[in-house]
Amino acid sequence: MVTDHNPEQPVVKALHVSKQLDGPGGTLTILRDISLHLAFGEVTAILGASGSGKSTLLGLLAGLDEASSGDIELFGQSLVGLDEDKRAALRAGKVGFVFQSFQLLPGMTALENVMLPLELAGVKKPAIEATKALQKVELADRLHHYPGQLSGGEQQRVAIARAFASQPKLLFADEPTGSLDQATGSRVIDLLFQMREQTGAALLLVTHDERLAARCDHRLLIKNGQLEPSA
Amino acid sequence: MNRIVLALRFFRRDLRSSELRLLVLSLVIAVAAVSAVGFFTNRVEQAMILQANQVLAADLVLSSNNPIADSFVQQANSLDLKVAHTLTFPSVIVHQDETQLVAVKAVSKNYPLRGDLRVRPDPTAEEETVKNPPLPGRMWGEARLMASLKLQPGERVSLGEAKFTLEKILSRDSALGNSFFRLGPEVLIALEDIPKTGLVTPASRVRHRLLIAGPQAQVENYQSWAKNRLPQGVRLEHLSSARPELRNALDRGSRFLGLAALVAVLVAGATVALSTRQFVERQSDTSAIMRCLGASQSLIFSVLLIRLCLLGLIASLLGIAVGWLAQNVLASLLSDWFGGELPPTSFWPVLIGLGTGFITLTGFTLPPALRLGAVPPLRVLRRDLGAPPASTWLLVILSIGAMALLMYIQAGDGKLAGWVLLGTLITVCLLLLTARLLVRILAPMRHRGGPLWRQGLSGLARDHNMTALQLTGFGLGILAILLLSIIRIDLLAAWQRTIPDQAPNHFLINIQPDDVNQLGKFFSLKGIEQAGIYPMLRARLTHINAHPISPESYQDDRAQRLVAREFNLSWSAQIQEANQVVSGSWWGEKNQDKSLFSVEVELANTLRIKVGDQLKFDLAGVPIEAEVSNLRKVEWDSFQPNFFVIGTPALLQDHPTNYITSFYLPPGEEASLAELVRQFPSITIIDVSAIMQQIREIMQRGSLAVEYVFLFTLIAAVLMHYAGIQASRKHRQQEAIVLRTLGLQRSGLLLAAAIEFVTLGLLAGLLATLCANVTGWFVATEVFGFQYNLNPWTVFIGVLGSGAAIGIAGIVATWPLTIRPPLRMLQRI
Repeated sequence: MVTDHNPEQPVVKALHVSKQLDGPGGTLTILRDISLHLAFGEVTAILGASGSGKSTLLGLLAGLDEASSGDIELFGQSLVGLDEDKRAALRAGKVGFVFQSFQLLPGMTALENVMLPLELAGVKKPAIEATKALQKVELADRLHHYPGQLSGGEQQRVAIARAFASQPKLLFADEPTGSLDQATGSRVIDLLFQMREQTGAALLLVTHDERLAARCDHRLLIKNGQLEPSA
Repeated sequence: MNRIVLALRFFRRDLRSSELRLLVLSLVIAVAAVSAVGFFTNRVEQAMILQANQVLAADLVLSSNNPIADSFVQQANSLDLKVAHTLTFPSVIVHQDETQLVAVKAVSKNYPLRGDLRVRPDPTAEEETVKNPPLPGRMWGEARLMASLKLQPGERVSLGEAKFTLEKILSRDSALGNSFFRLGPEVLIALEDIPKTGLVTPASRVRHRLLIAGPQAQVENYQSWAKNRLPQGVRLEHLSSARPELRNALDRGSRFLGLAALVAVLVAGATVALSTRQFVERQSDTSAIMRCLGASQSLIFSVLLIRLCLLGLIASLLGIAVGWLAQNVLASLLSDWFGGELPPTSFWPVLIGLGTGFITLTGFTLPPALRLGAVPPLRVLRRDLGAPPASTWLLVILSIGAMALLMYIQAGDGKLAGWVLLGTLITVCLLLLTARLLVRILAPMRHRGGPLWRQGLSGLARDHNMTALQLTGFGLGILAILLLSIIRIDLLAAWQRTIPDQAPNHFLINIQPDDVNQLGKFFSLKGIEQAGIYPMLRARLTHINAHPISPESYQDDRAQRLVAREFNLSWSAQIQEANQVVSGSWWGEKNQDKSLFSVEVELANTLRIKVGDQLKFDLAGVPIEAEVSNLRKVEWDSFQPNFFVIGTPALLQDHPTNYITSFYLPPGEEASLAELVRQFPSITIIDVSAIMQQIREIMQRGSLAVEYVFLFTLIAAVLMHYAGIQASRKHRQQEAIVLRTLGLQRSGLLLAAAIEFVTLGLLAGLLATLCANVTGWFVATEVFGFQYNLNPWTVFIGVLGSGAAIGIAGIVATWPLTIRPPLRMLQRI
């Protein structure tokens, strides 16, 4: 996938998207005129230096934030004019997330963290599905551990299990190995790609790790707030 | 997905998650404090009412000059109420050739139904408490009788045709206060002995009384049954118709307890407000993740609401259970003080406990918690984004509303609740303002000291809102403790001062104008100090504003009784000491030649009399008419001669009058009374020492109850301080990890914590002390009508004590951070 590519079934599409923020020194342009498409089953990496706006773009594409201009379509539905609730409804059961800081809820066990999206999606026996997802990431013996009792790698595997538990069509991953050492990071990435393979979900990955980006179908680079194909 | 099922699942997780622990704990403590106070005060109030009922020796009394119909006894029996009979009449005791006019009281075996009798086997012996009256053939008499007839216990005396052994000296009959207008000392005999004396015939002037006691509901039941069936001449007496000075003492006692409970509410609210912040902070992550995963605002809102309701319910029930246990232990420890088992509590405190839980939760947790639904999902990428702040107005209205409602429920007195609420609000505003100011002042000071000084002060400057919240929380806790100390020490002392040790305990009535000078000489000869001598006339109110009035003109019982009887009127140029004009103005010297009345305010309210109304009295057939110039509040428990209606000298001094006075007679000086009776045979002596003793006991027990209620509030305040310190735990933990990793030693970390918390404690103490004294002054002067003197000790203890206590608490809370390895703490965050 590259910019201006027009696949048959785009799960996410951005057209001339810009993002400005008001800061103490005046208006700051984070992203300018970004356009991209991501089809079902495609894996794309967005590369860029720290502070280049990668995570901001991910947030906009996932409907977690509103663009200052341009249009974003998620599963064929434009996000322009949709309020927070309607955007959330669009994500429900179809979008998964993996974050650099894992974002597991400390008061819930590994199993309960994975059950959360299933419960929200109204799955009848969420514990069974969540257990299966945790088995897939080889954490069957850590079901009732709290995040504080797990290592960083284990926490990220729980996050991957949570992301795939509701069989999403689209997965957003924000620096998934950013908090992990190289060996653990590799293992987590293997698992992420393996699970994606099984579900066939599209994956949009934000990273500054060239080796990780190399495993993706497409690579895009953000520089000065603009998107360009990566070498 | 069914929201209730989802909420239940979340709630199950909430129960074991640490983020809710402090909120639940503070809510449990809040409800426990209020419930314990509620249960305890409920039982104490009932005990105090029972104790007050000892004045009647029963809960309810029917009295008549004729025997009381059997149907009244049968009805009492059918309701399982206890009954006793008494018969009182004046007669003469004869011993050798000496005689003495006495008030005979013949009582049935189970007398008294409430309270007890106190006797001495001989004049020098210790007082004993007995439950049963004298056996047939025996007589107990007051010390005054022994003195006047020079009797010793064991000697034989005659009463009518019967002979009695004077067995014991009666030092207190529960119902002494009842027979206010007695002509001589009281003697107690068994009811069975009456026929032997031959003194009671159908034509005799005797007073029959049927005493009734039992559970409150049945007594009320009986009272409403009897009220409509009372034959002519039968009177129904109960506590509210009893002596006004006693009612006053009881009202004050209840108000003290209400105030103590109210302070507990204040602490509880502040604790919950403090811990809510942490709850909201931790719950923001859950909300953001849920939003990310597609949950709508309304789903998050409703799931949270259901969880909060469940939380409120469980915490309230737990709090009620803890409160009940706490007061039970206390009540069993204190039962001796209240003369036996305290009466069981009513269901009301349970409702108060539940109400407190939910009102506190609604007022302090709901506004910020419900904003959690609006946490932006972008928080998962940007941690600095949180829930948008709740509307300040909503917060202010809900929390003040909740506080006001709780205070009103607890205090049961709008004025009292109003003053304390105002004091609290001013304190909160002052504390918030000071916190802002503090952060500003400290900013440049951080660069003037060493690293520990900088670290300590940066603890205060790191989060403006947190510092404001902590300072407010600590300040309110200290305010609560100090306010209660002021109440406990100063207000109770002021209350007890209203009946000084040497308050008049005897009244003299029917003093003829010719005897006034002689009586003065008698008193100065005996070294007895008189409280002042006042003219007294008896007259019946016949017209208000030219409208004739009768008992039928009023619905109210008290109004009917007041109109049916004659009032004691007096005249005076000056207002009496225990009186205070509350409406209109006193006539002063220039108006004393006019025809004016001054009316006691409660009487005026009952009879709907206002300043400017024209009253007409019938004074032995002579009409007296004048305008009401003012209404007076009377301290009935001052034990000075007091009057419902006072006229100007010009209006009343030319009418035939006699006089009244009161004086203090030390115990053991009863012989002087006998001499007084011999020298002034027309004068009637009224002994009120027994009722005074009873009021003193109510005060003492009321004070004791306040002391224990204070203990509960103290525990609540300690917990509130814990919540305040815990509020900044996360920040301190992070800082401790960094500082320890950089090599800061344990002592350094503790010193930095001490600088931070001692500064907070000193400031909170200073502000709270100022506000507590101002609030205490308002409560004392405006609500209780006492003079309030600033106690310098409260300032000293408030400021230094608070600095030390909060400093130590901060060090104790920081201690665990200094003993765990930084890496292990990192894993726990």
